[in-house]
This record gives sequence, structure tokens and C-alpha cells, in this order.
Amino acid sequence: MPETLALKINGQLVEVPSGTSVAAALLIASQPFRLSVIGEPRAALCGMGICFECRAVVNGRAHRRTCQLFCEAGMTVETNL
Amino acid sequence: MSQDISSDVLVIGAGPAGIAAATIAAEQGLKVIVLDDNRQPGGQIWRNLSTAHHPSTSKRHPKQQALDRLYRSGAQLLTRRVVFNASASGFAEALHETATDSNVETFRFQQLILATGARERFLPFPGWTLPGVFGVGGLQALTRAGYPVAGKHIAVTGTGPLLLAVAAHLVAAGATVTTVAEQAPMLKLAPFAASLWRQPAKLVQGARYRTKLRSATYRTGCWVVKAIASPDSHTLSAIHMTDGTRTWTEPCDLLACGYYLVPNTELAQLLGCALRGSFVQTDAHQRTSILGIFCVGEPTGIAGLEAAIMQGKIAGLACAGKSTPKLLRRVMKQQVFAKNLEYAFALRQELRSLPKQDTIVCRCEDVTFAAMQAYHGWTDAKLQTRCGMGPCQGRVCGPAAEFLLGWKPPISMRQPLYPVPLRALSSPLASTSKVAINKIEGIESTKERI
Repeated sequence: MPETLALKINGQLVEVPSGTSVAAALLIASQPFRLSVIGEPRAALCGMGICFECRAVVNGRAHRRTCQLFCEAGMTVETNL
Repeated sequence: MSQDISSDVLVIGAGPAGIAAATIAAEQGLKVIVLDDNRQPGGQIWRNLSTAHHPSTSKRHPKQQALDRLYRSGAQLLTRRVVFNASASGFAEALHETATDSNVETFRFQQLILATGARERFLPFPGWTLPGVFGVGGLQALTRAGYPVAGKHIAVTGTGPLLLAVAAHLVAAGATVTTVAEQAPMLKLAPFAASLWRQPAKLVQGARYRTKLRSATYRTGCWVVKAIASPDSHTLSAIHMTDGTRTWTEPCDLLACGYYLVPNTELAQLLGCALRGSFVQTDAHQRTSILGIFCVGEPTGIAGLEAAIMQGKIAGLACAGKSTPKLLRRVMKQQVFAKNLEYAFALRQELRSLPKQDTIVCRCEDVTFAAMQAYHGWTDAKLQTRCGMGPCQGRVCGPAAEFLLGWKPPISMRQPLYPVPLRALSSPLASTSKVAINKIEGIESTKERI
């Protein structure tokens, strides 16, 4: 079994294998990533840091591309929905 | 905090082409720095790839071989660097982001090698903004980064050789691939497949993918026209497919849809490098139109892994004033392969009518197809609708608008190329000072093993 770590996504504790990207963790937790300008829920599209659809608030810092970040123990992720 | 770092050769992008270029240049005794946006080197093709030994052979994975040689070469690799500004006068600025902090670094260079790779082309269709709809390379990248797809029913659609590769990858990860739908007609694909006899490795790879995909239907001349949400939620439940005459519904949990690749030429354009069509113009030594700036890999033409690595080596040698005729000949052969790919996977005209009036084309600013159609080109449309002005800076809707509306991307490019904190722009380099660039006089031939 791979090592796991726990992070908080919208206040909920989520456990993921280490080496999981924050975007993958949001998909595992079935959380939409953001609300669009007209209020539609959106999720990661390109997976490689280009489209910015996966941006969220990570450790209090807004607009982080979650596909380019890896989960760390104790990290907090908020999708501001 | 801002830092200043100098090198003989700065390489931007640590994919296969950038790694090869940096390795060779460093082995020639030059001081080399390689920057990459991602956390790990390898680019998209080697992204998060496990490089464990293959059980049947003792050979190391090509990615591991390339990285071992890079580390031995003395080149310095710096990841998580987003290059948002560069000037032909000899500097590039990057935002270095960690989980808790970010700072701007300035890299001064004598010569610059651009290895910025390519991204997927997305074409808008009704429902493409639903959670559950991904790019083809996109879903592969997310799966490799820990998104479990086991048990999911997935349709893989769009165009390009990546479809079969990703479908095989998803099956290996435990997913059920219900359909692989390639928009290109068999008529165009057959000559491409036949041309592969010159490249046995590619043929064997293709056959391996097909074996893994026994349960999936592989269709050519078919494409997705609509993604449908389940009635109680904003998530994907089915897709409408068509072959141009008949339309049918297929249930699925996830859709991977991507229309091949577009080159990342933004940085080259910002530097003032001339383009040839959509690609960065280079000579046989990978030199761009700007003295001291080279470009390698997909920004110069979508020609695949082998060509990218060879171009990297050529540029690395050229930085040291050397060349090898053998490499130059081999790279020419790969360009034929690129032309065959371009023909085989050309987008069919029917895809232009995919978006409906209310389909969102610019996902950052939620600008619909109708709103964009009211204008003649980017300048007007940007001013009036904000399309292409969100955080992706038109990287997604730009290639779509080019195909759908014939809008040429703007020629002039301005920094920052990526969204950065305001303080990143207050750097003293905003007013550019001229730094001398070492002129490469002649390029001599070398017989060294590269």
C-alpha cells in the first residue's frame, strides 16, 4: 500500500496516497474546482497547467493551479463555492 | 524577493527536447540552467511516468536514461518556474511558486533555447464545460497524478495518435473505455498507417495499444457533438456522437476529448522570433530569426519524441558552435513523419459547426460563440467581450477561434505571459537594458558521440 497523507478540502479531511496532485484530490473528493463567471461549476480540463480551470485557494493563497501542485500533509484547499 | 542568476545557456522547458539540449550544451562545457513550470522534469510525454525497470528487460526507461545523463552533465535543473517574461537582450523572468510562497527570479543568459512544447487543442461543443469532460492528454495527466479511474466508463474522442495511447493507459488503470472515436476518416488514416513501416517502433507501439483495447470500439470518422449532464447534477452522464449522417447517445462517466496539439509559441513571439505558419521558424541548426535564440521540439512542428530529442541535441551542440551531419539528416526524416501526421489528422470541416449560439468558447470569461461571432477579429472581440483575456490568456479559446472563426492569433505578445502577482511586475528590468549576446560565428562539424 502506498503511504497516505491527509489534507483539508473545504473543511473536510480527505486522505490520499502521497504523490497525488491537488487536482486529483479534488476529483477524488468530488468537489467542483470553481464557479465560472456566470456561476457554472467547473473542473480541471487540461491537467498540465495551461487552462487555469483547476485553480483554487491553497493554504490561503488564491488562484493556484491545483494540477501543478502536489498534496502535502495538513494542506488546506478551498474552492470558494 | 528577486534573485539574479547567470548562465551561458538558458533552456526553457524540461521535456525531452529541453533535456537533450541542456545535456549536450553542458557536456560541451557550457554553464547551463534549465527551467520548467512543472514540479518534475519530463514534459508532458514523460509526465509523472513511473520509470521502474520493465520486468522483461534490464534496460532503464528512456526518461530515466535522459535524466541520469542530464544530472551527470552538470546542467542545473530548476522546476516550478513559470517564465512570464523574456527579452532578446539577455534575460528571462520566472515566478517560483511553492505551496506557501512565491518569488521572482531573473535569469541572465548568453544564449537561449526555447523548448516550450505543445498543448492540446480543444474545440467547444455544447456541454464541454461540464465537470467530467477532460482533454485526452488532460485525463492521462490527472490519472498519472493520482486520479483513480478504475471502474469508470470513459469515452476517448477527438483526433491524433494520442487517443489510442491514452485509451490503453486508462484501460491499464482499470477503467472501461467504451469508445475510441477518431474524427479523421479511415481514408486519410490508412496511408498514415502504411507509412509507418518506415518506423517499426511506432507500428509495434500501435499494435500494443490495440491489444490492450480489445473491449473498446474503435471508430474512425466519428466525433462528439454534445455532452449531457445528469438531470440532478452538473456532472457528465452521456454523450451524443455522430458520424455525419447518424447521431446516437452513449452513456459514460467521463469524456476525454482533445483535437491533437498546438505549439506553445507565446514566449518565442514575445522575444520577437519569426513564425512560419503556426510554428517558430528555425534553420537546420534550430536557430530562430533572433541571434542567440534557438527553438526545439513541438514549437517548431509537431514531429514527435524522436525529432524533439534530435533537435535538442542539435541546438545544444550549436550553442557550443558545433554540429553533426548525421543528426541533421535524421531530423529531416522525422519531418516527413510530421507532415504525414498533419495530413492524417487534419480537422474535418463539420467540426466548425460544433458550437451552438449559446456554447461557451472562452471558458475563463464565459463568452459564448454568438458573442464572439459578432466581431471580426481578436482586437474588437477582446475589447467588447473580454474573450481571451482571462487567466489562460487565450491559450484554450485562441486555437479554437482560429479554427472556428478564422481569427489569426495576435502577432504582438506582451508580458506577463502568465498571471503573476502585481509585485512581480515591479522589477527594474521592466525597462530593458541591452546586454551583449555572444555571436555564434560559424558552426563547425563534430564527430563526437552525442
